[in-house]
Amino acid sequence: MKIKLVKYIVVIFFLFVISVFFIGLKKDSIYNTQGLVGQKLTEIRIDHFSEKKIINDEDLKKSKFTLINFWASWCGPCREEHSFLIKLNEEKNLRLIGVNFKDKKNNALKFLNELGNPYDDLAKDELGKHSIGFGIYGIPESILINNNLIIIKKFVGPLNENDLNLIKETINSK
Amino acid sequence: MKKLIILFYFLISTAVVSTEKNLVDINDVLKNLRCLVCQGQSVADSNSDFSQTIKLVVQDQINEGKTEKQIYKFLKEKYGDWIVYNPSFNMINSILWLFPYLVFLVGGALIFLLLKKRDYR
Amino acid sequence: MLSNLGNIILFLNALITLSIIYISIQKIKIKDQVVSKNIYQLSLFQSTLIISSFFILVIGFVTSDFSMITVYQNSHTLKPLIYKISGTWGNHEGSLLLWLIILSLFSFLFLVYNKSRPGNFRIYTLIVQNILILGFLFFLLFNSNPFSAISPIPKEGLGLNPILQDPALAIHPPLLYLGFVGSSIYFSAAIASMLANYPGKLFAQSIKNWVLISWWFQTVGILAGSIWAYYELGWGGFWFWDPVENASLLPWFAMTALFHSLLVLEKRNLFYFWVIILCILTFILCVTGTFLVRSGILNSVHTFASDPSRGIYILFFLSFLILSSVFILFKKFQTGNYKINTNSKETYILVNNWFMIFYLITVLLGTIYPIFTEVLTNHKVSVGPPFYNTVIIPIVVLFLIFMSLGPRTKWIKDRFQDFFLLIKLLTGSILVNFFIVIFFKSYSLLSNLIIISSLFLIFSSLLDLISSLKRTNTDFSRVISHLSFGFLILFIGLNHNFSFEKDFNLKVGEKKKIDDYTVEFEDLKLENFKNYKAVVGNFKIDNNKKKLNLSLNPEIRIYQQPSTLTYEASIRTGILKDYYLTMSNIDRSDYYNIKFQKKPFMLWIWVSVILISAGGLVRLFKNENKIS
Repeated sequence: MKIKLVKYIVVIFFLFVISVFFIGLKKDSIYNTQGLVGQKLTEIRIDHFSEKKIINDEDLKKSKFTLINFWASWCGPCREEHSFLIKLNEEKNLRLIGVNFKDKKNNALKFLNELGNPYDDLAKDELGKHSIGFGIYGIPESILINNNLIIIKKFVGPLNENDLNLIKETINSK
Repeated sequence: MKKLIILFYFLISTAVVSTEKNLVDINDVLKNLRCLVCQGQSVADSNSDFSQTIKLVVQDQINEGKTEKQIYKFLKEKYGDWIVYNPSFNMINSILWLFPYLVFLVGGALIFLLLKKRDYR
Repeated sequence: MLSNLGNIILFLNALITLSIIYISIQKIKIKDQVVSKNIYQLSLFQSTLIISSFFILVIGFVTSDFSMITVYQNSHTLKPLIYKISGTWGNHEGSLLLWLIILSLFSFLFLVYNKSRPGNFRIYTLIVQNILILGFLFFLLFNSNPFSAISPIPKEGLGLNPILQDPALAIHPPLLYLGFVGSSIYFSAAIASMLANYPGKLFAQSIKNWVLISWWFQTVGILAGSIWAYYELGWGGFWFWDPVENASLLPWFAMTALFHSLLVLEKRNLFYFWVIILCILTFILCVTGTFLVRSGILNSVHTFASDPSRGIYILFFLSFLILSSVFILFKKFQTGNYKINTNSKETYILVNNWFMIFYLITVLLGTIYPIFTEVLTNHKVSVGPPFYNTVIIPIVVLFLIFMSLGPRTKWIKDRFQDFFLLIKLLTGSILVNFFIVIFFKSYSLLSNLIIISSLFLIFSSLLDLISSLKRTNTDFSRVISHLSFGFLILFIGLNHNFSFEKDFNLKVGEKKKIDDYTVEFEDLKLENFKNYKAVVGNFKIDNNKKKLNLSLNPEIRIYQQPSTLTYEASIRTGILKDYYLTMSNIDRSDYYNIKFQKKPFMLWIWVSVILISAGGLVRLFKNENKIS
């Protein structure tokens, strides 16, 4: 009787482990930072692109929604998403902040002259250090926050048509 | 002989005490951080763009006088628990941290009981 | 052409395997105890066929026959011949074929080498082993067929990942596979022993050499992998507690526990079911390891081309193995004889097993824990070196002390004398550790304990060695392995504490002073090779205190097929220390990221592992001589 009980426990244990493995197989083993949606941004300090001033938490609270977009002139996919950013520029509820990431000033300006400047405010992060505060790990990356600095959406990689619609829906529904 | 032994233990304890270090070693910190854009490499071992930036930030924070724990806490906030190779000790992770010792104690107890049983006979 | 031939052979092999199983089951049914000639012939035929199919694949790789998908995906005409050949087992499909070779060959050899043993035990072993063969053969045929054809035939292959084009990695998989798959034969024998009621002591004799062989290959295979990681991955470490590395270590713990327990089973006929459990556990862990590595369920530095459908098949097979062996085990289980003396060798072997199981559980839990948190709580965590070091190292201190006491139990009779000798040894160890601290630099309390306990093991093993030289029936294998294990831990401890590592950025022509060293980046050259281009840096290292004048030339290699960058470390190996330098480019900058390291006693870490494995070989030869 005792042995029978042990046997059932052992079998159930192995079945449990195997089913966890089975479900685990279907999960994506590549990490992304989507789990951070809902968190609050803190201690924000980024340098303005051309003026000698610092953009901080207070500046980000000005608009109901803010989209912070990290880009660089050397980044290919940034070109792809640029047209969507320009479309978003028309939205009234949304403030667009561009952060020029590990880039040279001249190249960045050339890029904007060529493709247009969609940003309400432009900041720079020459060494990439400040972007760590936003949880950025590869560009392009965009973060949609509300006026409480809560992250509503994270977009890793270039924005696309779906993302554009998602952003429009979010900012116009509330 | 006894005096000699006591002397040795005294010497060794002084040697150990002198090892207390206050400085945070940047390499130790970087080795405990996972490079998010790599396949299972630590930030110390990787030369990706991301790792280069993290190295700069960690160096800055060390210079500011932050402790190892504070640096990990900061990065966990920004990137999630995944970035640190050392899972924090909390309710769920206690299974990870304590189960091995539980196995160790149970194993020891089993051997002890086995020997005791025999000794009584 | 080759692809058809390969497929035909594999199908033929499946038929032979089925007929071996059928004939054997018929024999068991009519209680015929004789292993008939046709079984030998079929088994030999099976091994020959699978080996020839392997050679067909090798020919495919050597002649760059891109009509086979496997060759197309993993080879290239410009690749050096040796890496064309090693490419055969450097990929998933080819390596599975290697699995099958080892499964079949061991099946045949076990049959031949155990002629004196009862027929039903051998036939049961054969049946179980052939079920394993069939399982993997189906996997090969229907999921991972190395002979799958592709049309239209591509003109050029995709090439082998350049970091795998390396001599250590060419021999690493076959070595590790002999360890991994070699454990299948005692899994089969353990099941057979329960089914055929083949008693413990004789069973122990039948498998002990097979356990040693697989353990030896496992040890050497892990060593080859570590050496490769040391010079190829470019971070100067040799063990990162990566899931793939752990997968090779888990069966090693089980095998080590197993061959220690086997000694007791053979000598005193104790622990029969415990040995059976260890036999089953070892092979189950090997298959689990294969599952973790091949399914891509874990994020690892050693990227294998992974595919979830493989994972599902291996998982299915794994559950079949686990459930059927658990079923048989519970059916046959009896409480056995466990009467042992407290102060005896048996006790210490149990203690060895106790620690091995602890290490095993810790490493297993750490490896699969992230899967559980993700599935159950949808939360991703990383379990890495800090976890293993914190949990395992304190226990290793205890382990080393038991390891020193264990082998001594028999020959020191006077217990007081024993105690006094131990105090002397301990004092000696503390003294040596103290000198190390004085002459080099201090380290943490835990490191002190590790160094002291490893010295303690070394000293007591040396005493053991001296006294065993005086006696006639010496057991050198144990002394060699235990002594070298002490050295291994000592050197790893010293290496860990006295390694020096500095990370900085330099431009050509610049100099950097670090402590006593000056690193000068003299120039950069571009060189062309057959299948890659290399940017070679020229660095001069000098020491302010003594003349060093070392020049190191790390490379950045640019491979075209597939287009990859690899970073080749430049290493100067010495008796006492290695100098290690890597250089990597920083995007959009003239600067290069330089990592300069000084790694003491690296050579001795490798030598210690070789000596540990040599102990196993000595035992194997001694066993062989006893039989003949």
